[in-house]
Amino acid sequence: MTTTSPVPVAIVGPGNIGTDLMFKMIRRSEVLKPRYMVGVDPKSDGLARAARMGLASSAEGVDWLLAQDEKPAIVFEATSAKAHAANAPKYAAAGIVAVDLTPAAIGPYVCPPVNLEFNKSADNVNMITCGGQATVPIVSAVSSVVDVDYAEIVASIASRSAGPGTRANIDEFTETTSEAIEKVGGAKQGKAIIILNPVEPPMMMRDTVFCSVPPEAAEAGDVQDRVTAAIHEMVARVQEYVPGYHLRADPQFDTARDVWHGNGRVSVFLEVRGRGDYLPDYAGNLDIITAAAVRVGELIAESRFGAVSEGAIA
Amino acid sequence: MTSPETSPETTTELPVGADAGLRITDSTLRDGSHAMAHQFTEGQVRAVVSALDTAGVQVIEVAHGDGLGGSSFNYGFSRVSEIDLIKAAVDEATQARIAVLLLPGLGTVHDLKQAHGAGAQVARIATHCTEADIAAQHFAAARDLGMETVGFLMLSHRLDPAGLAAQARTMVDSGAQCVYVVDSAGAMVLTDAQQRIQAVIDEIGTEAQVGFHGHQNLSLGVANSVLAYQAGARQIDGALCALGAGAGNSPTEVLAATFEKMGIDTGVDTSRVLAAAQDVVKPFIPRLPWMDRSSITQGYAGVYSSFLLHAERASERYGVPAHAILERVGEAGYVGGQEDMIIDIALQLAEEKDMGDLAGAGVR
Repeated sequence: MTTTSPVPVAIVGPGNIGTDLMFKMIRRSEVLKPRYMVGVDPKSDGLARAARMGLASSAEGVDWLLAQDEKPAIVFEATSAKAHAANAPKYAAAGIVAVDLTPAAIGPYVCPPVNLEFNKSADNVNMITCGGQATVPIVSAVSSVVDVDYAEIVASIASRSAGPGTRANIDEFTETTSEAIEKVGGAKQGKAIIILNPVEPPMMMRDTVFCSVPPEAAEAGDVQDRVTAAIHEMVARVQEYVPGYHLRADPQFDTARDVWHGNGRVSVFLEVRGRGDYLPDYAGNLDIITAAAVRVGELIAESRFGAVSEGAIA
Repeated sequence: MTSPETSPETTTELPVGADAGLRITDSTLRDGSHAMAHQFTEGQVRAVVSALDTAGVQVIEVAHGDGLGGSSFNYGFSRVSEIDLIKAAVDEATQARIAVLLLPGLGTVHDLKQAHGAGAQVARIATHCTEADIAAQHFAAARDLGMETVGFLMLSHRLDPAGLAAQARTMVDSGAQCVYVVDSAGAMVLTDAQQRIQAVIDEIGTEAQVGFHGHQNLSLGVANSVLAYQAGARQIDGALCALGAGAGNSPTEVLAATFEKMGIDTGVDTSRVLAAAQDVVKPFIPRLPWMDRSSITQGYAGVYSSFLLHAERASERYGVPAHAILERVGEAGYVGGQEDMIIDIALQLAEEKDMGDLAGAGVR
């Protein structure tokens, strides 16, 4: 593969996530060149900001984007599940690959530290949710060692970091995250909870992962040690692209109980400090999904469009 | 005492404004689920619904303490599925309507449809007091289902009256037919409640009713309810024997007796509701809710009442005082649903204790 110029991409949805994506690409990606920012509201701050950063910006929606002479190779969608469902066929018809940051879940779920071997020829890949990107790796780590009959995650984010799209679609968050806990995380049954907290100064994104584990894993010993080691190893893998991702405490094991169908439980407490690319560092929920999306976009650019990267974003 | 006029067939038509009588909603079988560690049996639910229904209580809430879908590691698993409990409640009720609670972010429209399918007629949609806009899809779905809708602004003490009124407006515009000022932490002291009720009424006028949900952490649940009524609230929550989170709810039987003495018509037969509390509920309660060090701390520090038993469990597991955990929760400003943070705080306190930092562990 020879060195080529960066791959032109479009961001649709100039809200918190779209703007953070733009800054990440500008600052940290050698492979992706944000060229277009597309919205529907002419008064959008995000569109104005993108224009100042040199992107061609329009409030005339996806139809404007598709009418441009130079089409983007990849579009990053940060609107809502409903909007993406409407836009996805248009991208596909235009031959544009879609990296979907809404919970629409049209394409396969991708969580970089778990399934980077996703189908890179897919026309549409889904980034689950911020809470999913933060917690599915941990569920996967636990289920790589023991059977996980049930996994449950609680994502707490600062109110200020939840834009109108997230707020209007909160059921899609819980449903998509639950499904990814099963399909990507490997739990037999998944449940997801999201809490918005308005405290000032804003709280850092927090995620708690509870997994049922067989009784022997809940007792001190070899199996438990392997579960703990797998969790630590996974945290290190996520830190490669989200440096502010860390454990608040060692994984906590509770012994088996009847009300847990005879299983024990491991609880993992995470904090995600963002990089402050757009919103301040409390908004780790932006970083965890935008950093994952940029990484996925780079892999697609390399495998399909011949782009060459010196390495993953760091 | 008049007999209730609302029939179960009534759809979403509601009397609005200050002229309508006061309606008591009993939450023994929902808020009380916290105090029961979510272990209600079908028999208990049937007995309580039957007694409340006979006493003329018009709305009876039945769900996991944290609302539909609350059965979980984080909040505690239900002994009996809430849908089965709702079906049993609907089966027992002759005049009362069965209500459910739903916290967006935790429960979903899918859960609401299941509850409606089981016969629930009133949807109470709860958000933290600053986050009303996450409930729009749930109010819309409830109205589409033909359910009566109630908005629940939790931890209302955390927002000033004007701010709270704006959030109530959002709920009404989303389809709420009543908006509750919810004192989830039992933290409001008299005028705190009344000013908030007044501000909400000033904002929404006769477009929707206003309600009040009190807790006893500072022993003011009933007093705040009376003040709320005087400010214009027309829906008031209670629970038999105060069975609810923290130091419990305003006791339904005390509300009935107090309002009767004030000459305010609630449609509830005081003598029968006193019997329901004494003879039906009290015998099965493992531990009566009470104003102890931890629950008073909750009222004082403004901590979500259902954190109580979780803090006690973490206290036992990690060897740190429950009231110290709750103080930390108050300092951090955690909201309803963040029960997972209790373990996190207990771990921090245990670490500080190990380091010999007794002051940090709340030892004073």
